[in-house]
Amino acid sequence: MFAFTKESEEKIETILAKYPEERKMSALLPFLTLTQRQEGWVSPEAMVEIGKRLDVSPAYVQSVCSFYTMYFQYPAGKYIIRFCHNISCYLNGSDSLLDYLSKKLNVEVGGTTDDKKFSLIKEECLAECSAAPVMRVNDDYHVNLTKESIDKIIDSLK
Amino acid sequence: MTQILLKNFEVEGLTTLKVYEKLGGYKSLKKAFSMKPEEVLNEVKNSGLRGRGGAGFPTGLKWSFLAKDSFPRYFACNADESEPGTCKDRILLEKNPHLLIEGLIVSSYACLIETGYIYFRGEFQDVADLMDEAIAEAYKKGYLGKNILGSGFNFDLYTHLGAGAYICGEESALLNSLTGMRGEPRSKPPFPAVQGLYDKPTVINNVETVCVVPWIVNEGSEAYKKLGTEKSTGTKLVSVSGHVNKPANVEIEMGTPVSKIIEMCGGMRNGNKLKAFIPGGSSVPMLGIEHIDVAYDYESLKEAGSMLGSGALIVMDETTNIVEATMRLAYFYMHESCGKCTPCREGTRWLYQMLGEVLNRRGSPETIKTLQDACDNMAMKTFCPLADAAVAPVVSSIDLFPEDYKSFFAEAAATAG
Ligand SMILES: Cc1cc2nc3c(=O)[nH]c(=O)nc-3n(C[C@H](O)[C@H](O)[C@H](O)COP(=O)(O)O)c2cc1C
Ligand code: SF4
Repeated sequence: MFAFTKESEEKIETILAKYPEERKMSALLPFLTLTQRQEGWVSPEAMVEIGKRLDVSPAYVQSVCSFYTMYFQYPAGKYIIRFCHNISCYLNGSDSLLDYLSKKLNVEVGGTTDDKKFSLIKEECLAECSAAPVMRVNDDYHVNLTKESIDKIIDSLK
Repeated sequence: MTQILLKNFEVEGLTTLKVYEKLGGYKSLKKAFSMKPEEVLNEVKNSGLRGRGGAGFPTGLKWSFLAKDSFPRYFACNADESEPGTCKDRILLEKNPHLLIEGLIVSSYACLIETGYIYFRGEFQDVADLMDEAIAEAYKKGYLGKNILGSGFNFDLYTHLGAGAYICGEESALLNSLTGMRGEPRSKPPFPAVQGLYDKPTVINNVETVCVVPWIVNEGSEAYKKLGTEKSTGTKLVSVSGHVNKPANVEIEMGTPVSKIIEMCGGMRNGNKLKAFIPGGSSVPMLGIEHIDVAYDYESLKEAGSMLGSGALIVMDETTNIVEATMRLAYFYMHESCGKCTPCREGTRWLYQMLGEVLNRRGSPETIKTLQDACDNMAMKTFCPLADAAVAPVVSSIDLFPEDYKSFFAEAAATAG
C-alpha cells in the first residue's frame, strides 16, 4: 500500500499553493518527484493515489510519468549516479571513467547493484560542461572527475 | 571590460539578500516603479537585448506581442538548460539567485504580469532549493508579494521542477510540462504571448536574458547599446568547454573574436592545434580552424555558417575523432526526441545508426549519401526545431571533414580485402 508520510503531506500543501485552484494538475510533476523522494520510485499504487488527489486517472499519471527520464517505475538504488557521457564530458575522457566506475561498482551501465545501493545511469548533459567530466549522485553534483576523486566519492557513501 | 552578469561573483555570501543588497541589489525596482510599465518595456526594446535561450529574438519586441487586455498573464522563466555544452544559467542560479528574482520582478512589471514561474530542469534540484530560500528572503523584505515597495504592483514567484527531458526547454513543451502534461511541443500559432500557460498570455525568457534587465533599467538602454555590436548589443556569457586549458563561463562583449575567447580560457590544451569548434551549443553547425577569428555575435556567426545559439563554445583539438564526436551528439538527439513526429523520431535513430556503421568501418560513400538524404528529409520538416538541431552537427561535420569520414572507409576496404 502507498500513503504519503506526514512530512510529504506538509510539502503537498506548499506545492498546491503554487498553482491556481482549478489548475492543480500542474502539481503532477512535483507530486511524482515527492513520491520518488519518499519511496525511491513511483509504484502503480502511488500513481492511483496521485490521480485521486489531482482528479486525473492513474493511466494519465502513468503516461506523464513515463515521459520523464528521472522517474523510476521500479525500485532503484539508494544512490542514483547519473554520469554524463555527452560532448563536453566525452571530450574530457568520460568514457573511460564511466567504464572504470562500472567495473568498480560491478554493475552494468543502466543497472542497479545487487545490494540495491547504486544505480548507474548514463546521462545526457548535466549543464556543468566547463567542469567536465561530471556526475550527479542523488542531488549532489561532482565535477572535474578523475579516477581518484570517483574513488573518494563512492567510498564515502555509506 | 564591463561585467553585467558575472559582476561581484567572487564576493562571499552573494547568494544572501544582505550581501546582494549591499552591492546595489534590487535598486532597479525603485527606478522601474518610478516609470510607467511601457516605459520600462521601451527601454528594454531600445537596448537591443536579444533572447539568450537560443533563438536570439528581440526581448522587448517579444514582450510587446502580449495580447492586449487579456489577464492574468504569466511569466515563465526558462531554467531548463539542457543543451550540451551549455552551463551558463546554472552558474547564474547558483551564484546569484537574487539577480534573477530582481530581473523577474522588473520584467513582469513591464509586462503587467503578477505571477511568475521558474521552470528548472529536474537535475537542478540543488539550485532550485537555493532559489526557494532566496525567494523566501525576498518575500520577507517586501520585494515579492503585494504592493511591492508601495508601488501598487503585486508579484508572486514560484519554482517548478521538470524531471529529465531536454525537449521541455522548448517553450511550448515547457508550458505543457508546467501544466502537468507530457513535455511535447504545441503547434504555433497561437504563440505563448497570446495563448501560453493556462491559455493566458505568457512571456517565456531564458535565465540570462532576465538577468540583464536590472542593468538596463539602472544604466539605461543607451549605455547597453554602447556595448557589443550594432545588432548584437551588450555582453554575453559564453560557456567554454572541451579542449582548452581552463574551461569556464566567461562574459565577453559581443563581437569578441573566438580566438580571444579561447585565449581567455588559457588557450588550447597541451598547445594542440584547433580542429573544430561548435560556437553555440550542440544544435548549431560546427566550424573549422579557418573561422578561428570570427567575431562572437549573432550576425558574424551566421555569416560564417553557424549560429550563436545558447552561447556554448565547444572546442575540439586535432586529436578529436570527429565521427565519434558527431555520433555522440546524434545519440543525444535520438535520446531526446519526444517521438511526436516521424522524421524526427525515426530520423534521429537512423543518423545514430549510420554514424555507427561508419565508425565500425562498415561504411562506404553510399552511407554518407544516405546520411545526407536522411538529413534532407528531417530539416525543416518537423513540429519543432529539435530535428533541425540533430541534423546540424552531422551535415557540418561531413562538409568540413570528408577525409575523416573517408579514413574509416579506407580502413573498411583494407579490412575487407
Ligand atoms: C529543443 C529545444 C530546446 C530548448 N532548450 C532551451 C533551454 O534549455 N533553455 C532556454 O532558455 N531556451 C531553450 N530553448 C529555446 C526556447 O524555446 C525559447 O526560445 C527561449 O526560452 C526564449 O527565451 P529568450 O527569448 O530569452 O531566449 C529551446 C528550444 C528548443 C527548440
Ligand atoms: S521535432 Fe522531434 S522533438 Fe520536436 S515535436 Fe517532433 S518529434 Fe518531438
